[in-house]
Amino acid sequence: MQDTMMKRASELLADGTVVRVLGWKNGEFVYDPTPAVFDSAEALAQDFVYHDFCGSNLSKYLIELSRLEGKTLVFLKPCDSYSLNQLLTEHRIDREKVYIIGIPCDGKLDPDTVRSSAEGILSAVTEGDSVQVETMYGNVTLNKADCLLERCTVCKSHKVVVFDEMLGENGTVNPDSNRFDMVEKLEAMTPEERYEFWRGELSRCIRCNACRNVCPACSCEQCVFDSPTSGVSQKAAADSFEENMFHIIRAFHVAGRCTDCGECSRVCPQHIPLHLLNRKFIKDINTYYGEYQAGAEAGSRAPLVNFTMDDCEPNVIYKGGSK
Amino acid sequence: MKKVSRSSLDACFAAIAASQKLYLPVADGEKKRGAKYAPWFEGAVYSTAVNTVRSAKDFFFPQVEKMTRFKMDGKQIEVEDIRKENEDFVIFGVRACDAASFAILDSVYLSDPVDSFYQNRREHGLIMTMACGKPTETCFCSVFGIDAAEPAGDISCWMTEDTVYMQANTEKGEALLASLPMLEDAADDAAEETKAAIRQVLDKLPLKDLSTDAFGGDKLMKLFDSDKWNSLSEACLACGTCTFVCPTCQCYDIRDYDTGHGIERFRCWDSCMYSDFTLCAHGNTRTTQMQRFRQRFMHKLVYYPSNNNGTFGCVGCGRCLKSCPISMNIVKVMKTLGEGNE
Amino acid sequence: MKQETLIPKIGVVTDIRIDTPDVKTFRVVGLDGKKVFEHMPGQCAMLSIPGVGEGMFSITSSPTNTEFMEFSIKKCGCLTSWLHMMEVGQQVTIRGPYGNAFPVTTDFQGKDLLFIAGGIGLAPLRSVINYCRDKKDEFGSLHIIYGSRSKDDLVDYQEILDEWMTDDNVRVDLTIDREQEGWDGHVGFIPNFVKELKPDLNRTVLICGPPIMIKFTLDGLKELGFSEEQVYTTMELRMKCGIGKCGRCNIGDKYVCKDGPVFRFDALSELPNEY
Repeated sequence: MQDTMMKRASELLADGTVVRVLGWKNGEFVYDPTPAVFDSAEALAQDFVYHDFCGSNLSKYLIELSRLEGKTLVFLKPCDSYSLNQLLTEHRIDREKVYIIGIPCDGKLDPDTVRSSAEGILSAVTEGDSVQVETMYGNVTLNKADCLLERCTVCKSHKVVVFDEMLGENGTVNPDSNRFDMVEKLEAMTPEERYEFWRGELSRCIRCNACRNVCPACSCEQCVFDSPTSGVSQKAAADSFEENMFHIIRAFHVAGRCTDCGECSRVCPQHIPLHLLNRKFIKDINTYYGEYQAGAEAGSRAPLVNFTMDDCEPNVIYKGGSK
Repeated sequence: MKKVSRSSLDACFAAIAASQKLYLPVADGEKKRGAKYAPWFEGAVYSTAVNTVRSAKDFFFPQVEKMTRFKMDGKQIEVEDIRKENEDFVIFGVRACDAASFAILDSVYLSDPVDSFYQNRREHGLIMTMACGKPTETCFCSVFGIDAAEPAGDISCWMTEDTVYMQANTEKGEALLASLPMLEDAADDAAEETKAAIRQVLDKLPLKDLSTDAFGGDKLMKLFDSDKWNSLSEACLACGTCTFVCPTCQCYDIRDYDTGHGIERFRCWDSCMYSDFTLCAHGNTRTTQMQRFRQRFMHKLVYYPSNNNGTFGCVGCGRCLKSCPISMNIVKVMKTLGEGNE
Repeated sequence: MKQETLIPKIGVVTDIRIDTPDVKTFRVVGLDGKKVFEHMPGQCAMLSIPGVGEGMFSITSSPTNTEFMEFSIKKCGCLTSWLHMMEVGQQVTIRGPYGNAFPVTTDFQGKDLLFIAGGIGLAPLRSVINYCRDKKDEFGSLHIIYGSRSKDDLVDYQEILDEWMTDDNVRVDLTIDREQEGWDGHVGFIPNFVKELKPDLNRTVLICGPPIMIKFTLDGLKELGFSEEQVYTTMELRMKCGIGKCGRCNIGDKYVCKDGPVFRFDALSELPNEY
């Protein structure tokens, strides 16, 4: 796939369709490619990579890149294409300035998981269902299914939903992803248990803001938590509950717009399952307003910013605190 | 040198914890979460993971620290010094890189005027280091002259299949070892074999030949003006992950918090990667992420060495290599800037 | 427990003078009515209203003033707006002194000095000017070139008229940016004014003002034949600790709070232009 992508990108650069290519650049190790912009076939030949560790979602970078002169070519995996659609819906990206090549995806690897099972990694290649890892301490074979990013283990869709062209065959939506299983488990807990669960998770937060900064739905030019006059500091929890509020407020803010791309959980250095907050909102929206997938189509009206006569009224659903 | 069998290590922990707080690395939930420092408890399992996700700087420079309390009454202000003498504590299992990071933090916080908050913690902390049995591909402490087989600290430890060797390096360390009855005497060279084995692995690390030649205080303007910063920083998310997991990042912010009963002034970790780091009422001196990104690496590779006799502000622990959301890190920066600049 | 420089003392505001529509000068003493600490000209202090903010301000009174410290503060942000609303008797927190000082006891000794200030930039220089006036024997003559947007924006105008202009050892040249009724003095920007005045090349120069004014004035001085080694300035960047530890006020490997705020231009020109 990598060679096909490079070849096609070089062609589009050569015929002037695009002036730059957004992709992944080879890292120091096999598992650490960095999102990068390439402006020539030579640059692509030198550093461009695409493999199972290219998990990062490139959509958000297009907010900036689509403001530049000329078209940007971007490679989008199915997840990433939902984010892009959502950004189009929110008028954050100029569609005319982006040339999208859809690429199929059968799950990306989680470097943290691979590293925790194989220390001293020198190389790692996927072969069918397994990952062959060469380490300083010998060779290790891992099950690919055990090494996937969380979002890939419950993949909602293999379908690239927006593209100018597709490389390889497009996949389909996966209605049986089981992605709400953990949410259901949380719902089944007593309020005390649930509170303990979230306190345990969120108190691990170090306020690095990686979740917010990587999130394609968090596209405000200036976040309220960054405003020196807002009274809520971005850097530290002034009291023991503040970091909980940060994540809860953020989840509210992206509710109805979160496509469940899973980047927040992928980047969290503390491995907090932040996606569960967002998934709870998605599940609730599905339950109360009908199935809705943010980013499935550009320009769709999210239930939370729309009104229909059939909408349920909150006071009907919850009367005196019980259903 | 002293020794204790690994089966008696728990008894050893219990004995230390009986008189003071003992922290040690333990697994942090599911495997991929790695290890964290936690207070010792009955049944705690010491994690031999090559390093904790968060660094050991937290013990001396916590993420948030309350500094002063103010009582406001009309036009009057009362300042309350809320500092308390810390209690003694022991950190077990600190790696050589983190132990070296304390010297870097010391050079900032213990230089005149001394930071009494830091000093207080430092004076009450006893550091037991552990040589790295299984260094990993992200390790490059040797590049900065750190020997993972010979970690610093009040007490250095080495672990074999069945035994832990302990060598006191300070009086404080000596006293602690003397207080532990389960320790037996060991020959002074008892750990030599282990050290040799570690050094053999260190010699095979993929980053061991990373060059620092292109860096240092004397190359300030050349590096600052490099046109490579743009591409290096282009994918940076402007988050604080690298800063916060870094054992040597020591910048802080001072903020006030209205508790409802008065004002609490606290300080907290800050990151030069953040847009408001240099924000003044009249504007900002670093308006682009490239400038902020450059500041972080210039600080470690140029500014810090310039002010500290050439010592670099990095200890090669590799945390940023593992944690950066976009996999940009100091190794990539050094390799890219170093190219053709040796 | 050891003393902690980050824990402030209490200062009491005993007098507030309205200098310009957006600059006020605050007189501060300790709870005992005496100066909170001693300083040298050019040094700064951290003033704070807890819950509002803390900021670094240059001490504008001369160390030769044995009774109090003064701060001339322009209203431009959150904290300064609050300070401007204060009444006499208000307490503030204060810590310092921070930073280096103008080399009044060394390099400046016996020298003729030229002060060039724009707007609120006079504030840090006022300390030096009055120090030199009070220690006349240690310095040559003083030449002050000061300009502001308008006559109403001239800080310390009354003091300039009553004290500096009547001092035989001091020459004062004032300018404002635009014509104004009741102003028969010079009109025009400082860099040009300096070039017109052609000050004596032997003078040691101290500049302070908005960055753009400093830049063009320095260029003008060089054109006139001044070298960077004779020109000093004082800088201001975002600060939190004031003691070179919090890490935010650096210009290259120098911290403005500790290695500055006073820099000689030859040293500054070797540093990144990040200020």
